[in-house]
Amino acid sequence: MERRRSLPDVLAGGVFVLIGGAFVVGSLGYELGTPLRMGPGAFPLLVGATVAALGLAIVVKGLIAGEVIAFGPIPWRAIAVITLALLFFGFAVRRLGFVPTSAVTALLTTLASSRVRLLTAVAVAAGLTVASTLIFIVGLQMRIPLWGSWLGF
Amino acid sequence: MELFDNLALGFSTAFLVQNVLYCFVGVLLGTAVGVLPGIGPTATVAMLLPITFSFEPVTALIMLAGIYYGAQYGGSTTAILINLPGESSAAVTALDGHEMARQGRAGAALAVAAVGSFIAGTVATVALAVAAPPLASVALRFGPADYFSLVLFGLVVSIALARGSTLKALAMIVLGVLLGTVGQDIYTGTPRFVFDQRELYGGIDFVSVAVGMFGVAEILRNLENEQTRATIVSKVTSLWPTGEERRRSVGPILRGTGLGAALGVLPGGGHVLASFTSYAVEKRISKRPREFGHGAIEGVAGPESANNAAAQTSFIPLLTLGLPAHPVMALMVGAFIVHGITPGPNVITDEPALFWGLIASMWIGNVLLLLLNLPLIGIWVRMLRIPYQVLFPMIILFAAIGTYSLSLNAYDVYAIAFFGLLGYVLIKCGCEPAPLLLGFVLGPLLEENLRRALIISRGDPSVFLTRPISAVLLALALVALVITVLPTIKRRREVVFAGEE
Repeated sequence: MERRRSLPDVLAGGVFVLIGGAFVVGSLGYELGTPLRMGPGAFPLLVGATVAALGLAIVVKGLIAGEVIAFGPIPWRAIAVITLALLFFGFAVRRLGFVPTSAVTALLTTLASSRVRLLTAVAVAAGLTVASTLIFIVGLQMRIPLWGSWLGF
Repeated sequence: MELFDNLALGFSTAFLVQNVLYCFVGVLLGTAVGVLPGIGPTATVAMLLPITFSFEPVTALIMLAGIYYGAQYGGSTTAILINLPGESSAAVTALDGHEMARQGRAGAALAVAAVGSFIAGTVATVALAVAAPPLASVALRFGPADYFSLVLFGLVVSIALARGSTLKALAMIVLGVLLGTVGQDIYTGTPRFVFDQRELYGGIDFVSVAVGMFGVAEILRNLENEQTRATIVSKVTSLWPTGEERRRSVGPILRGTGLGAALGVLPGGGHVLASFTSYAVEKRISKRPREFGHGAIEGVAGPESANNAAAQTSFIPLLTLGLPAHPVMALMVGAFIVHGITPGPNVITDEPALFWGLIASMWIGNVLLLLLNLPLIGIWVRMLRIPYQVLFPMIILFAAIGTYSLSLNAYDVYAIAFFGLLGYVLIKCGCEPAPLLLGFVLGPLLEENLRRALIISRGDPSVFLTRPISAVLLALALVALVITVLPTIKRRREVVFAGEE
């Protein structure tokens, strides 16, 4: 039988082993209990071990007879910028307020595309900020201050 | 005939001018918000809930129900047009619906979804009126062991959904279940895997998982190669399904309606289960299973009908047992209580006008949905022409705002980033996101019922086999697993044989 190593399979399996293993280790810190009264740690331990075992099976299969998947390019810039934009939104929305946070998040996100020009990005960000303020604050009456405490309002 | 008296009472309530008006407003608002990418029915209903508090109880509940149907249809529209389901039942629609949109048949997919939903809604409303009491007594007989087996069965069936390897699909489901354990333990209140962050005590919000895995991950994939990215079709040739598409949709709509009406009654993700199961059934019995995932109209017609039928019948446990079958139903419980009504068996006798009025308004809501959405399909389709450079920042921003608005919790937004990255890596490695989502939604139910069943049986695990309902469901789950694995073995053998020639 032809052996095909598959990096994506090994990587996917590795992710499962890592997460499953982390939950197993974490759940050992909680009370396991008895079958009659299962503690908070029992179910995650069981499920975490299953995830890790399945991940291991995927790794082994990936080393022996893996799926051939074209990996393709990785958009590092988009990954970094979009992650940053989301983290910024979560962190800043209460501190800076809705309008500045939305504007910065939108501007950051537009920059994820490698073909965007700065002027377009600014225009899109401004338009989206106005639209989201109208929809969520005016239309849906969301209770988020427009300008946050960090700006001295 | 008692049923006709009841329905007459219902329609006389539902046809009051203000009730029809607010049903219409609810459907319109629900669709408008539900269409926003990444915002599913649960988020829509949660956001619009406060608007209804100032009305009469009947009007408020009718409007809320309208918002729910509208949001559901709007969510399907988004799933079809830009592959951004706001909720897991719409994720099934996205599989083939979005493929159809890419092939320029978005109009047909939307029309079939609307008509399928209408037919399913009509049938399910009648089913609800006729079968509410007896069906409730069946659901009453379900013990924790039976629920556990039911959820397990649903999860196994969903493996049939995955296009890739069965092993990976299985791992994704179990990973979903695992991630569902984050947050306070239901029995002891112990916070699990929260890293001392109070914001994580309530667990990870389902919307964050859905938006991250389906929204952000998909955007990242689209940004991989902007030059060759399959640009969204700018021209929709026909809004109406062809004769062949109509013929192919009839069976799935009827089967989906039946499945949805039956599964929607079961507390706990019945509508998710219904759309997933309907998709799996259509894929199994189709003469062209290879078309599924590549724009098969059956994959839109079946799950959409099942979803809508289940949305109607999921009111049965709420109205008869006071048990929310669905996150939206949990919000409805809140609405009932605000108006001083305790949802439960007493509603039929104490508030017959409200009970039957709500049921009748569901049908009216479906009529309005059809009248509203068929003419407006053109507007939804036009959304396709928004350039991607505007669309994807809009999706990210609206997703962040929408998710944050659910409980004003910054961690829900951080979770989007986490699941976006996780989903992107796993999808790139050939894993499908849908099973993870289902595992995540049903995981807490699995744990709760497992532990409850073991407490009741005094720690004896044989209870899952000695209770007949549970035993049958477990047997069905086993059969489903075997059937799912078998063709894979067959295909692999074929590959091996082909390699030898």
